[in-house]
Amino acid sequence: MGRMKSPDPLQFKTYTLILFIVIFGPLGNLLLGKAMKGLGAPTAWTPSELARIVTFVLRSEIIWLGIGSLIVFFVAYSLVLSWADYSYVQPASAFAYGTAALLGHFVLGETVSMVQWAGIIVICLGVFIVGRTPPRTTERN
Amino acid sequence: MIIELVCFLLVMIAGTAGELCMARTMRTIGEVTDFRPRALIGVAGRALSVAWTWIGLGLMTLAFFALLAVLAVESVSFVVPVTALSYAVGALGGRVFLHERVTRTRWAGVLLVCIGVSMVLLGKRWG
Repeated sequence: MGRMKSPDPLQFKTYTLILFIVIFGPLGNLLLGKAMKGLGAPTAWTPSELARIVTFVLRSEIIWLGIGSLIVFFVAYSLVLSWADYSYVQPASAFAYGTAALLGHFVLGETVSMVQWAGIIVICLGVFIVGRTPPRTTERN
Repeated sequence: MIIELVCFLLVMIAGTAGELCMARTMRTIGEVTDFRPRALIGVAGRALSVAWTWIGLGLMTLAFFALLAVLAVESVSFVVPVTALSYAVGALGGRVFLHERVTRTRWAGVLLVCIGVSMVLLGKRWG
């Protein structure tokens, strides 16, 4: 009976950070979008209206959660590039489009068209194929 | 027409080039192995001292404003497939600028991602 292959540490941490990227990027955008819709469109670009918007933004917990999510996304994206190829990370993180559609559908109740679902499947297939290649093909410091 | 074409090229090339510069920065810093907050702040400080970071941030800012300009004059359904091409530009940039080995398998995956991203964004438009 064959022994189970132990996971490659490089692949494990790469997959973990890409998971962070595809979750926290769309989540941050969703939270910011949701909070800003609650604010409504500005009625005029007067100083008092701008002050109202800034106050709303600073006091909104959802906006701070969104900013926090986007910081996690940016840190994860930067860190993974310290060891993995850009040509690996960039297409792999495209799965974020799928996460955004899923979040929109299940959290916001948005309609996701058949073309979008088909697109998500094609992205998954592309990410799967990219994931079959080694994350790092160059020597690092 | 020429201005629109320049803006398209800026969205596709400057955006991806900006990310490639950031990748170059992270490569210069070397593989991060310590993920404690204090160590990560140190990494951020070192990244800010690398010139590629500032070039990258400048290029990404340029791409962002170019995208706004393109969206002001062109329909989203026309812009999206062009911006999805940035994945192909990214793979090419990784090969030329960062000397990564982009195999045929990886190219095939990148091509599918380009098609899939276009379908997701256009599907939203046509919904």
